[in-house]
Amino acid sequence: MSGIVKVKNVFKNYGKVEALRDMSLDFPQGKLTSLLGPSGCGKTTLLKIIAGIIKPDSGEVLVNDQIVKGPGPDRAFVFQDFALLPWANVLRNVAFGLELRKVAISERESIAEKYIEAVGLKGFEKSYPHELSGGMKQRVGLARALSVDAKVLLLDEPFSAVDEQTRRKFQEDLLDLIKKEKKTFIFVTHSIEEAVYVSDQIAILLPRPSRVSEIIKPTNLKNKNPENIRRDPEYLDIVDKIWFSLKTYVE
Amino acid sequence: MNRSLILKLFSIIFVLGAWEIGGRIPISFAFPTFFDSIVAFFNLILDGTMFKAYAETLKPLIVGVLISAVIGISIGVLIGLSDKIDWLISPIFIVMQAAPLAALIPLLILAYGIGLTSKVFVVCIMAMPVIVLNTASSVKSVSSSLKEMCRSFLGTKVDEIFKIILPASAPIIFAGLRLGISAGFIGAILSELKITPTGIGDIITYSRSIADYPSMYAAIFSIILLAVLFLNFLEVIELKLFKGSNTKHVND
Amino acid sequence: MKIFGYKVPLMSSLLLWGLLWEIIGRSKLTYFIPSVSEIFLTFLEIYKSDAFVQASTETAYAFFLGSFFSIIIGVPVGILMGKNKIVDDILLPWVNLFISAPLSALVPVLMILFGFGMKAIIITTFLFAVWIIVLNSRAGVMQINRSLVEMAKSFCASNIDSFFKIYFWAALPEIISGIRIGCIRAVKGVVIGQLLISIVGFGALFELYSANFLMSHFWVVIFVLFFMAFTLSEILAYIENKLAYYASNR
Repeated sequence: MSGIVKVKNVFKNYGKVEALRDMSLDFPQGKLTSLLGPSGCGKTTLLKIIAGIIKPDSGEVLVNDQIVKGPGPDRAFVFQDFALLPWANVLRNVAFGLELRKVAISERESIAEKYIEAVGLKGFEKSYPHELSGGMKQRVGLARALSVDAKVLLLDEPFSAVDEQTRRKFQEDLLDLIKKEKKTFIFVTHSIEEAVYVSDQIAILLPRPSRVSEIIKPTNLKNKNPENIRRDPEYLDIVDKIWFSLKTYVE
Repeated sequence: MNRSLILKLFSIIFVLGAWEIGGRIPISFAFPTFFDSIVAFFNLILDGTMFKAYAETLKPLIVGVLISAVIGISIGVLIGLSDKIDWLISPIFIVMQAAPLAALIPLLILAYGIGLTSKVFVVCIMAMPVIVLNTASSVKSVSSSLKEMCRSFLGTKVDEIFKIILPASAPIIFAGLRLGISAGFIGAILSELKITPTGIGDIITYSRSIADYPSMYAAIFSIILLAVLFLNFLEVIELKLFKGSNTKHVND
Repeated sequence: MKIFGYKVPLMSSLLLWGLLWEIIGRSKLTYFIPSVSEIFLTFLEIYKSDAFVQASTETAYAFFLGSFFSIIIGVPVGILMGKNKIVDDILLPWVNLFISAPLSALVPVLMILFGFGMKAIIITTFLFAVWIIVLNSRAGVMQINRSLVEMAKSFCASNIDSFFKIYFWAALPEIISGIRIGCIRAVKGVVIGQLLISIVGFGALFELYSANFLMSHFWVVIFVLFFMAFTLSEILAYIENKLAYYASNR
């Protein structure tokens, strides 16, 4: 079995601030789970702990029944602020994950080219990050994460730094991507509409103390035409319901 | 020809003209005219004195700058990477940065005599603080997002230093080098005027002693010309190499 | 950094280095490094002496005068350059020239034009400091947010009001920063001037002590100079912070 992620009793404090308390959650294989919640509920912290970039104070994370001790080839991260190397062109940036894994240059460049095309950036291989728009930069980050062929893809508010129109397009593209790649996606967002639009299941996190308040599984949305989802009654119902329960936590 | 260029030329001609007139009045017996100085300048070049002199002057400068660059950047990187080393070593360079290091020159003369060694030392103490501090501050401010990204894709600590930290800090390190060279230049000239008369410093002191003011001014003019041309050249390279990255506040 | 969980104050490693110095000094490892305590005792000995007091006053006098002129000339010129393109075009090449030139090379010229005394040193100090003050004042004026200018116009502000209520404060952080760097350069200028002219101030003392190999005395002078420079720099940085709490990109 590949790509099952289990979080068990994770605690994380930053000084006096309790970011995560006794957090337990399962992420089913091959599905997209959203972590949705207002700021301060620890969702990015949780994501980075799963990625192995941060260590929990106690508790453990299991990926395929292996305890997570640090970053690994089974997980890939997409950063909110893109984290691209400003001095490298798109091709090198996308191939960077493979470069760090010591893959030979010709091989990693051809893999990178494939994914550059897959995210719709063909022709921009020699461009530099400062020449790209926000949306294009994020696609580079996504292509980089896809290139290393990890079973679990972790996305930290990947669409928050782009404009609304681009964001909508990305959400539609994401649905496409999920159908093609059989990976487990874990997706952090603070947008309710976004979460309901793309997810197989939504974990609603609340702050102080950080906890999972409920897990929602939209049943039929995946089978619908992406163009029509946003007007579907089930979609609208779920969005309203979530907003209602989160309203009290808006600062 | 646009207006800005015309104004620049005008201002240069105006100043040189004032120099010429001032020399003719004369403002002081020690103030030669612009033309006399230029003639002396070309004489020095033509009879080879200028080149021999600079060969002497540039020796401690180049050696000193190279040493300062290698040691300075290494120390700066270490400081940037380690809190403990930062605590131990930064204060020394912070004090050196604000202090008039030239005051140490007499001491160095006492300790190391009047040869190449003390001149190299002078260049080093003038150049190193700014190189170290700039390197350290740019290493410290490398975006943590980039470092996390490197780790998340299984980069080792070595990968992190050579593929992320050094390339990201390169613009400011280079700017620090440029300032270091500028400070080193001052050190080289000072050591020549104060320690042993060799090189271009010798031309200055000797000409002054025999009241050959045009040559003295010519020598000074050549120093300034060289320094300005070289440092501007470095700035141009810096802009070309690092366009697209933002060189934020560079420490003076 | 932390030891056993307690935050260690900044610059405290200097105490460690001071200790090391003391040990080296006492062990008489090299003639040139007397122990810190010995230096301190020598300081107590000579700080009242005529020579020392005179040197200090001369240095301070030259420094303050040189800095004063560099500020009252440099700031207005810089502001003028920032506001007026014509003046900027005429003056900028010279400012850039003098900022990258090794000014120490000019000192011999100053010596023969203005004599071997106070005047030359004051002018040296002035020249070391003024260029960066000009550049920073100019930058301060040039980076004034366009919106502020438009806002002033939209509320029909008079020129005087605009200057004193808006432009002055908007440009101030950068100007103060320039003054701080300028003062530090002025200290270097005053020292270099005295080194090369050697007849006044600490320059004379340096000559005296090195001729007589009075190491402790020598280090006393250096410590005093370094301490003055450092304290000045910290005071100015403090003022800069207090005045510029609203400066965004610091």
